[in-house]
Amino acid sequence: MNPILEVKNLTYIYSAGTPFEHKALDNVSFSVHRGEFIGIIGHTGSGKSTLMQQLNGLLKPTSGSVLLDGRDIWADKQQTRQARFRVGLVFQYPEYQLFEETVYRDIAFGPKNMGLSQEEIQRRVLEAAGFVGITQQQLQVSPFDLSGGQKRRVAIAGVIAMEPEVLILDEPTAGLDPVGRAEILQNIENYRKAKNATVMMVSHSMEDVARLTDRLLVMNGSKLAMDGPPQEIFSHAQALLDMGLSIPQVTQVFLHLQKMGLDVKNVYTIEQAVAECKRILGGAAHA
Amino acid sequence: MSDIITAEHLAFRYPGMENMPGIAVFEDLNLTVEAGSFVAILGMNGCGKSTLAKHFNAILLPTGGKVWVCGIDTANEARLMVIRRNVGMVFQNPDNQIVANVVEEDVAFGPENLGIASPEIRSRVDKALKQVDMYEYREHAPHLLSGGQKQRIAIAGVIAMEPKCIVLDEPTAMLDPRGRREVMQTITRLNREKGITVILITHHMDEAAQAQRVVVMHQGKIAADGAPKAVFSQVDLLHQIGLAAPDSVELCWKLNQEGFDLPLDKLNPEECAQALYERIKA
Repeated sequence: MNPILEVKNLTYIYSAGTPFEHKALDNVSFSVHRGEFIGIIGHTGSGKSTLMQQLNGLLKPTSGSVLLDGRDIWADKQQTRQARFRVGLVFQYPEYQLFEETVYRDIAFGPKNMGLSQEEIQRRVLEAAGFVGITQQQLQVSPFDLSGGQKRRVAIAGVIAMEPEVLILDEPTAGLDPVGRAEILQNIENYRKAKNATVMMVSHSMEDVARLTDRLLVMNGSKLAMDGPPQEIFSHAQALLDMGLSIPQVTQVFLHLQKMGLDVKNVYTIEQAVAECKRILGGAAHA
Repeated sequence: MSDIITAEHLAFRYPGMENMPGIAVFEDLNLTVEAGSFVAILGMNGCGKSTLAKHFNAILLPTGGKVWVCGIDTANEARLMVIRRNVGMVFQNPDNQIVANVVEEDVAFGPENLGIASPEIRSRVDKALKQVDMYEYREHAPHLLSGGQKQRIAIAGVIAMEPKCIVLDEPTAMLDPRGRREVMQTITRLNREKGITVILITHHMDEAAQAQRVVVMHQGKIAADGAPKAVFSQVDLLHQIGLAAPDSVELCWKLNQEGFDLPLDKLNPEECAQALYERIKA
């Protein structure tokens, strides 16, 4: 299967030729397939946000390229425009970008810009609202009358309504309580499954990316430092700590157990930890 | 120990609009914070945490009942400056709290507004920057610092006013893991070494576990209040009100659902591993 997105030797320099010149991306290469759920982790300033903005053509590479379905998104204007629709970007705290009079109109803003028919716009708004759990009734109210968590879901629906094949989100759960976090993550997962879309999620929560993603990209000092499944990435605990990151709490518990001399596997989600404990404790459960 | 903040039968209602009723956040809330303590406040979005925090330095005033700060009624307008000087606030987004182009000028902003003499400001700014471990950055531009560093500058700006209490409203929500560790280490040190009362509002259970006392709010009421071990072992209650325990406790709780008998008060990985080890070896 051909990758949906390919990033080849991508380098980006901010304010080139000035005293503020800064290399934000340094020779980054990877490819992404349809249906993948990818987590992007890295310290503040590691290049995560710059990378996101490269993937739908908001920033232009200094050198290297971004290919969407095998074609350079900067080949011509048509390609760049396509990339902006097919690769959807949800920024941090997207609820601050709501502006319309009703929730419906806010979600419809993207599809309208795509030049779709009224019927198609309506279909997409209703479907997107369904993905994020916004009710028919809520579609008619002002977005500013909703709670913070609901506003954020409306903002995500606005991007989902464009039916992007690649959905990229920058810390979609920042500032939400545990239930709000779980709901939004489930909304995103539902969209991915229903549309076989690719999701790329920037997160500072090691627990969230461990639970949801099949693959992690680790950015460090403008370079792609690691690329692999969570179990492999989280086995490099010390390297991650040195990069200013961390590992999930249950992974830490099991590293301690290993140090104490127990023969346990590495785990990175609570579910895996439970399964591994049951394996070791075995029939002793009802003692 | 004496109390620094007391909410007594606190009621608060956000004012309504023409055809919209106001929203009642608290009806009868009672809470006392001891001077020198480190209290974490947990609760779902919209449960009233931030509204409560804003009562602690008279940004909001009760619509019923009283809030006392350092023995002063917050409704006493004449004493407003004393209250604000004693209770400093730090918010979620560091970029919204930085006002100057140079770190040390930003930290000086608070004390300057208090009308303190220049030499005294100089010494307070240096001291505050040392306390948050940012002294070597005093001549840097704040916008070029990392999120954790900016948040520590915001904390320095508050402690330069020499408050008795700092209220932090989700100070780590926007930070990466290192930034979170830096901010947590800073506030823990200020509490232990300087005796500053810390009130930390957070959605991160592992941060709340580092406090001496955890207050859980739900729909404008206090649902649980006690030492972290006592509060986080009430896993069923936490789940009912949309919260969770730290993952190490969640792990033991899930295992108990499968018929194991593990303690629910192991708040960090070391303790949790020790409990599991003992159970395995038993």
